[in-house]
Amino acid sequence: MKLLEFQGKDVFRRYGIPVPPTGGAIQKPAQLPAALKRAGKGPWVIKAQVLAGGRGKAGGVKLAKTPKEASEIVKNMLGMRLITPQTGEKGIKVGTVLVDKASDIAREIYFSVVLDRKLGCPTIIASAEGGVEIEHLAHHKPEAILREAVDPVAGLKGYQARRLAFALKIPTPQLGVFVKMATALVKVFMDLDANLVEVNPLIVTAKGELVALDAKVTTDDNALFRQKELADMTDIEATPAEKEAKKVGISFVGLDGTIGCMVNGAGLAMATMDSVHLAGGSPANFLDVGGGANAEQVTRAFQIIMKDKKVKAVLINIFGGIMRCDTIAEGVLAALKKIKLNVPLVVRLEGTNVKEGRALLQKSGLKMTVADSLWDAAQKAVAAAGEN
Amino acid sequence: MSILLHKRSRIVVQGLTGSAGSFHAKQCIDYGSAVVAGVTPGKGGSTHLGVPVYDTVRESVRERGADVSLVFVPPFAAADSILEAFDAGIKLVIAITEGIPVLDMARVKADLVRRRRDGQDLRLIGPNCPGVITPGECKAGIMPGYIHKPGPVGIVSRSGTLTYEAVWQLTSHGIGQSTVVGIGGDPVNGTSFVDALDLFEHDDRTKAVVMIGEIGGSAEEDAAEFFKRRMTKPVFAFIAGKTAPPGRRMGHAGAIVEGGSGGHGDKVAALERVGITVVQNLSEIGATVAKSPIGARVLAAVAA
Repeated sequence: MKLLEFQGKDVFRRYGIPVPPTGGAIQKPAQLPAALKRAGKGPWVIKAQVLAGGRGKAGGVKLAKTPKEASEIVKNMLGMRLITPQTGEKGIKVGTVLVDKASDIAREIYFSVVLDRKLGCPTIIASAEGGVEIEHLAHHKPEAILREAVDPVAGLKGYQARRLAFALKIPTPQLGVFVKMATALVKVFMDLDANLVEVNPLIVTAKGELVALDAKVTTDDNALFRQKELADMTDIEATPAEKEAKKVGISFVGLDGTIGCMVNGAGLAMATMDSVHLAGGSPANFLDVGGGANAEQVTRAFQIIMKDKKVKAVLINIFGGIMRCDTIAEGVLAALKKIKLNVPLVVRLEGTNVKEGRALLQKSGLKMTVADSLWDAAQKAVAAAGEN
Repeated sequence: MSILLHKRSRIVVQGLTGSAGSFHAKQCIDYGSAVVAGVTPGKGGSTHLGVPVYDTVRESVRERGADVSLVFVPPFAAADSILEAFDAGIKLVIAITEGIPVLDMARVKADLVRRRRDGQDLRLIGPNCPGVITPGECKAGIMPGYIHKPGPVGIVSRSGTLTYEAVWQLTSHGIGQSTVVGIGGDPVNGTSFVDALDLFEHDDRTKAVVMIGEIGGSAEEDAAEFFKRRMTKPVFAFIAGKTAPPGRRMGHAGAIVEGGSGGHGDKVAALERVGITVVQNLSEIGATVAKSPIGARVLAAVAA
């Protein structure tokens, strides 16, 4: 799950990590005067609260020198669709803006704690050249990037934080502050079961103070059972269909295509999407129905897929392992009796008792195409959706 | 020989009395695997599926000589169970459990690395994987046993059902498998593609390897580098997730393209650059191996 900037900064504040004085997050222009008052003397920065990078260039971060300017910015920003390189063409509607006191920036530093998959532990990535996208920097100037692996049991050691501070040329009077800040950011990562805690930029002000100007926090869904506070928060990124799927143990990601896919297993689900693409079509979704592809789960999966009005055909691809194909076929038939499917259906079963499974489907008299192989199924689904 | 598992492997199932542990342990026993013990804290002294249950892994090692552990413990307690197996002297720990917090796995990995550095004979497979099978000898996992057939092709994969698909295609083409290893779909795991390829390279029975990867991370790129420097046996690869949108997790915790890395195109390019055959159409894995020189030799040997 991803937190919005203001949520991330709320966490930072609790851990004693310096953030700018703030008026808080607001959803209505009427809330602005109080927010400006809370933030203190201007100028202020108004920041769109959306889960996408590149906000600044897209007009999602604006400086206001007077309350009048602030009011105009807030009115324009709330409700606008912010289009950044990360949002796609449609952009994201801005429903909340953050009102912060503007900071006097002397220097920008990049600082993040990420999970290093290769090392299998948290790692700090930092650079004296902050404010730019780290991927861009990694590509064009890899020598400017510092890395410090963190022991997942002991946490960040003092000397590691000092090593970073010297490499980042943190002013000596601020050394202690930086060490505390880096240690606290690692603690946020550990305590929240995060996958990413990013501060870009971490600034040095004209007075030499260190401040986290932005906060990007992504947490581990697998740890929600022990993250009560996070579990109660709304997952902003998930669509209603994705949330509904999650509740019933179905892994679902909505896409833009026309062929609804129902598959068992995440890898096979991805490979099924790829096959549809290879056959000249476009998948409408990723859907892993889970290990037990029984009538109940298949019914629920149908319901989720059919909510998407773009779907012109449904492709079921199930590998029957320990759950045999005849059992799966019975499940599909039971689900079809409950649900009125008004688009063509292509079913491909493979594995244990596949002959019995296919025979059951063919004998049922229900309208569907039974395919021999995944490739056959993908081509038939694409043809049925009218894409070929 | 084969890798990791063989006829003499003695399996302890951690979480034997739970529903998943119970169901799959029975399937393993039916396949002919030597499931010699179960561990469920608090149920020590009882018998389940005809197998003695112990309170601790250490007892199962001492009393029954278990050397392989199969972990079905739920996510909140799984990391601790894996660590318990490490500490009890189990040599091969296979963690099936899906949904273990990644920081728990980071701590497990730190312990694993330390123990191995200290000379302990230890390996972790998974988590979030279907397990390992050496066809005809031993099955320690949740894969359907009957689709496999003993033979010369090693398989290593990040995905469960996708592995079954590949196995099924190979078997249907008359090509058997030496050992099939599911390394799992999590971002932090115990055994990498490189580790598995290294084992297959040194295994006499294995003549070729099928590697099934997916988007996310750089394990496939590392495998390409290893292949170039160290491998003499042919490798065939399939990478899932060409159509997956960046920034979204595709079911597996590890299947995500983030920060411009882990993408399908980069992986395929890295593999092809070093001479690994990348199969674009999943349905053609079996046929591609069968048609290759190594496949032809295998089939000729079977016919003779």
